[in-house]
Amino acid sequence: MNDVDRGARRRFLARIAAAAGALGVAGCDRLSQSEWFPPILDSAERLNERLAKLVTGRSAMAKEYSAAEVSPTFRSNGTARPENPEYAALAANGFAGYALDVGGLVGAPRRFTLAELRALPSRTQITRHDCVEGWSAIAKWQGARLSALLDAVKPARAARYVVFHCADPMEEGGQSPYYESIDMDDARHEQTLLAYALNDAALPIANGAPIRLRVERQLGYKHAKYVMRLELVESFAHIAGGKGGYWEDQGYQWYAGI
Amino acid sequence: MNDVSTPAVLPAAKAARPGSVSAPHALYRRHALPVRIMHWINVVALTLMFMSGLQIFNAHPALYWGESSYAGRGPWLVIGAREDPQGNPMGYARIAGREFTTTGVLGLSTDDGRMYAQGFPSWLTVPSHQWLAMARSWHFFFAWVFLINGLCYVAYTLATRHFRRDLLPTRADIRGIGASIADHLRFRHPTGEAAKRYNVLQKIAYLAVIFVLLPLIVLMGLGMSPRLDTLFGGWVPWFGGRQSVRSIHFIVAWLLVAFVFVHVFQVIVTGLWNNLRSMITGRYRVPRETAHE
Repeated sequence: MNDVDRGARRRFLARIAAAAGALGVAGCDRLSQSEWFPPILDSAERLNERLAKLVTGRSAMAKEYSAAEVSPTFRSNGTARPENPEYAALAANGFAGYALDVGGLVGAPRRFTLAELRALPSRTQITRHDCVEGWSAIAKWQGARLSALLDAVKPARAARYVVFHCADPMEEGGQSPYYESIDMDDARHEQTLLAYALNDAALPIANGAPIRLRVERQLGYKHAKYVMRLELVESFAHIAGGKGGYWEDQGYQWYAGI
Repeated sequence: MNDVSTPAVLPAAKAARPGSVSAPHALYRRHALPVRIMHWINVVALTLMFMSGLQIFNAHPALYWGESSYAGRGPWLVIGAREDPQGNPMGYARIAGREFTTTGVLGLSTDDGRMYAQGFPSWLTVPSHQWLAMARSWHFFFAWVFLINGLCYVAYTLATRHFRRDLLPTRADIRGIGASIADHLRFRHPTGEAAKRYNVLQKIAYLAVIFVLLPLIVLMGLGMSPRLDTLFGGWVPWFGGRQSVRSIHFIVAWLLVAFVFVHVFQVIVTGLWNNLRSMITGRYRVPRETAHE
């Protein structure tokens, strides 16, 4: 074979490779936008959850840090101030009128004022917050243990998830309030808190005042801010998009431990 | 390999095994069917994990050392977009404090004729447009494909002695490292019987990828899980912390890309069609013996 042939063949191969690459990326985009393919990809989510729970055990503790390791500022991500008139009114009054409504599949539904939440068994922990985007920050949290609150409302046997209904609308016009859900294993975990203090000060509005969830073994979007109401449910299929959370309804994984 | 002495000239090639004695310039069976299947599954899985991984990186295109991203010191790598002194948008990459203008490739690149601020360009990512949730779906699905395929491969190489027979360097290999380096630098490739075995640099490269880089990138991926990092009372600090683990995951991904470039280069210069055929049909034409040995 002579050099001209070789050059032509090389150019031909390069063109084939470029075309295959472009087809590959375009093909992946078409698959991503199809109805049938993403559910196949998402079948891995159940495996991730099973593997994580199998190898770590339900009460495994997230690492806790020393005071020296606390990040200088704790970043505010997502909503920094909910555009919600009722929330604004509560905030204007220093959340004096706030009460957390707890209902659903519970034997003793009730409301908890901030003072009542502060009176529940509490925990203080310095933990690392991992955002799904990739960054991490370390902060000190103090809050009521969610398991203590659950004991007080007597969950029904059928209750499998705790749903957190929040004050921050995610769309203009007050639509699509943020919400999240966790299972009872995480809800009962020692480090799962309804946090009211960040770095030894009252929780700022930018970080979810007056109450935000800390569920330390999952990514940041599970840590619902501006929590107004808890609902214990057997299934979250009937809530909003049915996937168990605002970001889950946008395609993010419900199990965010990975 | 010393248990097969069948001449491997076609049409008897089916009976031949890697390393068997054969007439020069004959087609012989180089790669067993399971190895060929697992190789191509690996190509697909690693390619998609790399491209979806870059899309995940694009959600926060900065890397840090330590546990946290906000420990007071900045990232060691940032890719971003900003305005240059003339007010024109530009892309940049800043590595260990040194900034490079990367307009068109990193930080700022075109997609369907429009400029976008994005870490890696859309032609390198899956999905091509900013879409973190979908990129994670791709990444985790193919992580399972890759993991199961990799475990099958390791089990196969040990069970069939492919590992000891073909991958583990012999004493003679180790003694010949210097000569092998010299051969590689002069682009001299083994012929005849020697071409049927992996050379020592090739063996070391494959072993390093299979038993060091790939397990390391898996481990660093698992280390980013806020649940799995609870194991052993917290094992992620052994690698410097959660953000270090993310950095190492990224660096190893590019080391694997570097390996693929060298690997494909070697495949091309030692006979593209012959090598490709041996990884598709299994048959490899042994280069004619030449005088240089």
